[in-house]
Formats: sequence, C-alpha cells, structure tokens
Amino acid sequence: MTILEIVAFTLIKIVIILSLMLFTVSYLVYFERRVSAWIQNRLGPNRVGWQGILQPFADVFKLLLKEDIVPEKANKKLHAIAPIIALFVAFSTYAVIPFGPELQIFNYKIPLVVADVNIGILFVLALTSLGVYAITFAGWSSGSKYSLLGGIRSSAQMISYEISMGFSIGGVLLFAESLRPIAIVESQSGWMWNAIVQPIGFITFLVSAFAETNRLPFDLPEAEPELVGGFHTEYSSMKFAAFFLAEYANMIIAAGLIVTLYLGGWQIPYIDKLGLPSLVETLLQVGAFVFKLIAVLFFFLWIRWSLPRFRYDQLMNIGWKVMFPLSLLNIIWVAILIMIFN
Amino acid sequence: MIEEYIPVFIVLLIAVGFAGAVVFSSKLFGPQRPNSEKTSTYESGMKPVGTVRERISIKYYLVAMFFIIFDLEVIFIYPWAVEFKRLFGEHGISVFISMFIFLVVLELGYLYAYKKGGFKWD
Repeated sequence: MTILEIVAFTLIKIVIILSLMLFTVSYLVYFERRVSAWIQNRLGPNRVGWQGILQPFADVFKLLLKEDIVPEKANKKLHAIAPIIALFVAFSTYAVIPFGPELQIFNYKIPLVVADVNIGILFVLALTSLGVYAITFAGWSSGSKYSLLGGIRSSAQMISYEISMGFSIGGVLLFAESLRPIAIVESQSGWMWNAIVQPIGFITFLVSAFAETNRLPFDLPEAEPELVGGFHTEYSSMKFAAFFLAEYANMIIAAGLIVTLYLGGWQIPYIDKLGLPSLVETLLQVGAFVFKLIAVLFFFLWIRWSLPRFRYDQLMNIGWKVMFPLSLLNIIWVAILIMIFN
Repeated sequence: MIEEYIPVFIVLLIAVGFAGAVVFSSKLFGPQRPNSEKTSTYESGMKPVGTVRERISIKYYLVAMFFIIFDLEVIFIYPWAVEFKRLFGEHGISVFISMFIFLVVLELGYLYAYKKGGFKWD
C-alpha cells in the first residue's frame, strides 16, 4: 500500500472507532447506572427518552453548559493540562487493540486494528503509565487537600499495580513470542486461551486492571465518604467530564486488553470447521470480540456493586505482597509449561 | 517498517486535538461569572484551613523508588519472554536457568526491602 492509502484507511478507521468509542463510553455510563439500579433493586435513570435511553446526551449537554470554575489557589496551567492528558491517554490506547481478523474488501487486505505495530503491548504500557501524570497533576494543581490526598493515593496505587500487570503480561509473551497484539490473539487458537493456560496470570492481570482503572474495590483515589471526589474535587463542567470520560474509556480499554491477552480476542473456537464464507466469518468474529468485551464490562460493574472498598494499607499489601510474587510465579510456571510441551 | 507507525502518529495527533477541544469547549459554551466564594478551595463548606503545599511523607517516595527498581526488571523480562521458545529450541534448559537466577536475585532484593520494612503502610 502507498503512504496515501495507509493514511486514508487509518483516518477512516479512526473516525469509525472514535465515534464508536464515544458512543460506547456514554452508553457504558448509562449501562452502569441501570445495572447498579437493577442490582440494588432501584429503577435507575428511566425518564429521558424510552427507558432513559437518551440520558447520556442530556448529561453531556448539561455538563457542556455549566460554568468552568478554576479555583484561585490552583496552578492554572497544570489544572487545565491534567484533564487533557487523561483524555489523550484514554483515547489513543485503543489504537493497538485488534477487534477482528483481516477484512478483505476488493483488493485490499485491511487488518481490523488502527495501528498494527509490533510493539503494541509496549505502546499500551507506555501510554497507561502517562495516565498517572494526569491524576498527579490534577491532585497537586487543584490546591485542595482532598485533591492532593486523592492524587497521591492514586499515583502510589497505580505505579504499584503496574508492576504486577507488567509481569503478568510477560507470561502471555512467552506463548505469543511477539509484542504484536494480533500475534498474541492468534497464539490463542482453539481453546488455548491464556485465561485457561495460565490462570494465575489471568487473575493477577485482572486485579491489576481493576486497580489501574481505579474501579471498586480499588477506587481509593475517589473514596467519596472520606475524600469527597478525590483528585477531581475542584473540577467542574467539561474538565470534569474529561476525567469521567477517561475513566470509562480506560475501563473499555482494560476490558479490551483482558479479552485480547487472555480470552482469545476475536477468536471463536472451531469456527474454521464450519466452512462459512470469509466475510461472514469475519463479521462473526468481530461479534465475538464485542460479546466478550461486553461480558468483561458487565463483570467490572458486577464487582463494583458486590465488593466493599479496601482500606489503603490492605490495597498496598495486596499489590506488593500478593500480586507481585504471584505474577513472578506465573512467569516461571508458563516457562516450565513451554519446556515440557516443546 | 516506518509506515507501520504512521497510524500511531495520526492517532496521537487526533487524540490530543480531541482532548483539547473537549476541555476548552466549556470555556465557549458555559457562563463565566467567577466570584471569590465560588473560586475558593472546597472544604466541605468550611473556610479553608492552612495550606496544601506541605511536605509529604517519605513513604510515598519509597513507593516510587520500588516502582522504578521493579518496573525496570519487567522490561528485562520482555525480550527474554519473546525469544524464549526459539532460544529454548537452540540452547535447551540453560535459557531458563539464566533467567531463573535473575529472578532469584530480584526476589532477594524484594525480600531485603520487605525485611527492612519497606512495605509497611500504616
């Protein structure tokens, strides 16, 4: 392909995925509110449109028309940059997550991933560690005690769990022999899903993903009863919306990573035995990816309303004393597995 | 090779543009009527007490140091993990043993930090 074609296809894919992403993020908020209402035996938002289906739009317009208050004690520049970093990280990480196999249209073979780079996983790790800056800057620059405490807690938590996350991915790489997300998905053909082959790594990654996205039971940074809103206490209007969007977009990316690394990505076991036409097969596989993604997202919400929040020292203990040794153990376990079966 | 990364740069540019647009859109659409009550620091309705720019417990810096040490090890693991199958086919078990020794040394450092009370949070 020429450079012009690459740029054109990339732009098309970005536009489709960005709009899909915005759509899913806003509906994930709605989904979360309805699911939590269902779990707690309430009704949840059901007034705006049929069954409250237009609620996300109402929320966005309301936030858009609110006043953007910058506290006088705040460091104005960092206060504005922090939400930009948060949103930037959340909306660029999805670029390397593959949502389907190669699609064949006319004479072009289009991989269903925005950027098919061979350092995909490193790209994800690099960008997610940038996300810590957003929270630290937001907490420090606001000039409020709640924000500062939330920001410090959050950065300590995120860097602690990044280590066990990195070591768990090491186990996946041992099987895939590549950092390219597509190769990782292809290494899990049939039922050789990493969640089944290396359950310890799956659990440590899952727990770290919860901690990295600041979801309950690890949402210490914004523990409402003690810290009001945590690092975004002093944010209002679209700056607040940016953090909110980023949190939910990060959830989708974490779910996408869990599906890609551990649940076989877009793969449906034994689909090639059915002998379907290639276009139907591709569409089914994209469907499988979306289905797995929604299942993992539902799991995120389900956990949120089932488990109580950890105390801060418990959280750090789990990160450093349980998850870190377990993820190291997982690497050795996978290496031994490979040595036995090769 | 380099054209693989063109989409990455486009994504990064668009993400920055999008994030900037979202954050500054409220300046365009929202009202701007600041007053001293509104822009004062939020402290549950009380008058703000003291300052925020105080010294932070050394514990937090310790966490950051552990992070740097152990996160570097992750980066050492990755190239080994990617090449493990191929190298094992060529050189046999010594590939595993060399990494095992590395992990044992890492674990010794971890135990040292543990014994020194580096992971006490209260």
